[in-house]
Amino acid sequence: MSTHAHTSHAPAGHGHGHDHGGHHHDDGHAHGTFRSYMIGFVLSVILTAIPFWLVMTGKLDNTQTALAIMALAVVQIVVHMIYFLHMNGRVEGGWSMLAMIFTIIVVVICLAGSLWVMYHLNTNMMPMPDPSQLP
Amino acid sequence: MTMTMTAAERTEETPVFHVVDEHEHPEGHSTLLGFWIYLMSDCLIFAILFATYGVLGGSFAGGPTPKELFDLPLVAVNTSMLLFSSITYGFAMLTMEKGQARQTQIWLAITGLFGLAFLGIELFEFAHMIHEGAGPQRSAFLSSFFTLVGTHGLHVTFGTVWLVTLMVQVQKHGLIPANKRRLTCLSMFWHFLDVIWIGVFTFVYLMGTLR
Repeated sequence: MSTHAHTSHAPAGHGHGHDHGGHHHDDGHAHGTFRSYMIGFVLSVILTAIPFWLVMTGKLDNTQTALAIMALAVVQIVVHMIYFLHMNGRVEGGWSMLAMIFTIIVVVICLAGSLWVMYHLNTNMMPMPDPSQLP
Repeated sequence: MTMTMTAAERTEETPVFHVVDEHEHPEGHSTLLGFWIYLMSDCLIFAILFATYGVLGGSFAGGPTPKELFDLPLVAVNTSMLLFSSITYGFAMLTMEKGQARQTQIWLAITGLFGLAFLGIELFEFAHMIHEGAGPQRSAFLSSFFTLVGTHGLHVTFGTVWLVTLMVQVQKHGLIPANKRRLTCLSMFWHFLDVIWIGVFTFVYLMGTLR
C-alpha cells in the first residue's frame, strides 16, 4: 500500500519529502476539541446511567434488560472510540482502523466461539448421579 | 543495432520496484501506530478473560452469587470515577496542545486522583468480598471475576504509575515533542481502559446481578 503511494508520488520529486511529513502530522494523530470531549462525556454519562437505572429499578424483565444494556454498552464503546480515542478511517493512513477491525473480528470469534462451544458442552454433559444416592 | 537500441531503451525505462528516495523517518513518527497495535493485543487479553468469565460466571459451587455480592451503587460510583478521569485527561490533552505546561500538570494530577479513587474503591470492594469468604478460591465464578477485574485494576495501577512518571518528565523538560508523544500514548491507554471498563460493568456487574 505504502510502496504504491510512493511510486505514484515520485514525479512530484522535491515536494514529496515535505508532503509526506505533512501528511503524517495532519492525520497521524487526530486531536479533539473541547466541544468533542464534552459531547463524548455527556453521551457516555447518559449511556452509563441508563443501564444502571434499568438494572437497579428492574423496569423491564430480565431478557429485555440484558439486551438493552448490551446494546447500550456497544453504543457507548463506539462513542468512546470516536470522541475520546479520535478513531476514524484516516488516522495513520487507515492502519489504525484496519488493526482495530482485525482485532474486533478475532475478539468476536473468541467470545462467540467460547460461549457457544462451552454452552453446548454444558448442556450435553451426562447428568451426574447424586453422590448421596451412590452405594 | 536494433537489438542494442532496444536494450538501451529498456535500461532507460527500467521499472522501479522499490522506493528510490529514502524518505525521512522523524523520531517517533510510528510510535502512535505501534502503541495502538499494542492496545489491540491488550484487547485480545481482555477478550480471553471475558470469554473465561462468560463460561465460568455461572459456576458458583454452592457459594455466593453475584446478586448477593455486588453492590451496584458502589460500582456506579466507581464507574463515574473512571469517566471523570477520562474527561479530565481529555482536558490535559487540550491544554497540552496549547502548550500550557502548568495547566496540563494540574489536569494530569486531577486525573491521577480519580484513578487512585477508582483503585481505592475497587480494593475496598475486593477486601470486603474476601473478608466475607468470597475470595478467588471460593468458586470458578469468583476466580474468573477476580482475574478479569483484577487485570483491569492492574492496568489502571500501571497507568497511574506512568502518569506520575510523565508528570515528573513534564516538570523536568517541559512540553517537548517527546513528552507530547508520551502523553498522547498514555491518553490512548487511559481511554482504552475506560472502554474495557464499559465491558466490565455491563457484562460482569449488571449482567451478573440479572443472572
